[in-house]
Amino acid sequence: MSTVSRAAAIRVEDLWFAYPDGTEVLRGVALALEPGERVALLGPNGAGKTTLVLHLNGILTPSRGRVVVGETTVDDAHLREVRRRVGLVFQDADDQLFMPTVWRDVAFGPANFGVEGEELEHRVAAALQAVGAAHLAQRPPHHLSGGEKRRVAIATVLAMEPEVIVLDEPTSSLDPAGRRELADVLSRLTQTVLLVTHDLPFALELCPRSLILNHGRVVADGATWELLADAELMAANRLELPFGLDPTRARPPA
Amino acid sequence: MSGTHLHVLHVHGHSPVHRLAPEVKVVAMLAFVVGVVATPREALWAFAIHAFFLVAVISFAELPFGFVFRRMMIEVPFVAFAVALPFLGGGPRIEVAGVLVSLEGLWGAWNILAKGTLGVGASVVLVATTEIPEILRGLDRLRVPRLLTSVAGFMIRYIEVLASELRRTRTAMASRGHDARWLWQVGPLAASAGALFVRSYERGERVYQAMLSRGYDGTMPQLDERRARGTEWAAALGLPLTTWMVALLAIVGS
Repeated sequence: MSTVSRAAAIRVEDLWFAYPDGTEVLRGVALALEPGERVALLGPNGAGKTTLVLHLNGILTPSRGRVVVGETTVDDAHLREVRRRVGLVFQDADDQLFMPTVWRDVAFGPANFGVEGEELEHRVAAALQAVGAAHLAQRPPHHLSGGEKRRVAIATVLAMEPEVIVLDEPTSSLDPAGRRELADVLSRLTQTVLLVTHDLPFALELCPRSLILNHGRVVADGATWELLADAELMAANRLELPFGLDPTRARPPA
Repeated sequence: MSGTHLHVLHVHGHSPVHRLAPEVKVVAMLAFVVGVVATPREALWAFAIHAFFLVAVISFAELPFGFVFRRMMIEVPFVAFAVALPFLGGGPRIEVAGVLVSLEGLWGAWNILAKGTLGVGASVVLVATTEIPEILRGLDRLRVPRLLTSVAGFMIRYIEVLASELRRTRTAMASRGHDARWLWQVGPLAASAGALFVRSYERGERVYQAMLSRGYDGTMPQLDERRARGTEWAAALGLPLTTWMVALLAIVGS
């Protein structure tokens, strides 16, 4: 563990977690993201991806190991701080958007952290602007399209001005145009981003680096194109390239 | 997703009534109803004035009368009982169209019908000119306990998500040959209600996690955008105050 940099934006050290029924989901996960890095977290269903995500801002408490955000260990004393600094975008946008209007939903996070008045207005406007959803502010979330919901869900997190943004399966249930708009939004983010996804072309396009999680451990960590080009590694982890995708074409020029 | 507008009761518009602050409208509506209810049932002239005011507001709000009339039909089950009163009531009887009916019962029926209709009419005007999130916001500002308004808000937010889950279940059943049309065929649908309950419970958990992730600490943040101006209060409360005066005159005169 001494190999990871001190300045990591978020660092997971030997994380173990079992659900109350005894199912062991995480068995010693270790990873570190550099500030500003965009990293994909890949892995088959049931690998523990969502469980890991819920540890990153202290929703779940590990049975062993720890998560460190910047210099701060995620524990009860720092929950609020950590939740402001690490924004989670949940898989189902209907879970994330619970307020009666988009504006109020985006305002919910910063308002909880004591932002109010003009500063709040400004935060909400900037967050909606960043995802191209300024015109949706007064709409009720349940009448947005799938793509709009997803982008607004990201705005709800951006409004807290987090350092790390974690997205759980952001492309699921998006149509190709919605997926394209999402990619545009994500590629403009300057924060550290962890992108949990099954969508390998999406990971290849947006994330220079990827991690593969399987059986509760990080089993591979490297350049996305290299991992995807490793047929043996892919097969061993139930990952499957879409027909016609050649990851070596994404190899950066030497 | 179904429905293009927020809710079926709402009529989109920009009339002065639409633009009034929601808390003002809620108070004006309640005050109007109180005035109507306080009016003695024998003061027919007073009810004529109340009805005139209601009709005036409807036309001022540019609401189609047919729409308001159809929406007011919701009171039918509630006042059906009133129809029976003239036949069941005791006391002196009079002949109406060849049928002997109780005078007391007749007044009772008139009382329920007139007050019910005016009350429902006023509520229809309120919801037709005010989006539901706005009404909730109005209630918030009127110091209705935040717990109640947020429970109502969650219900309104998720009722459509639940309804569409139920719709999908029904479609799946119909696709496999079970098309329930009669009450005695309701068995499988009732069983699926159990599954729906579990799914709703799980969604509740996920929504709560999403709330925690954005710093929720047990109280909904105060997110006020615009407060009602004094002139708005004055304009909107003029009508119910007149209603009270009319009611007072009717009480004194009877």
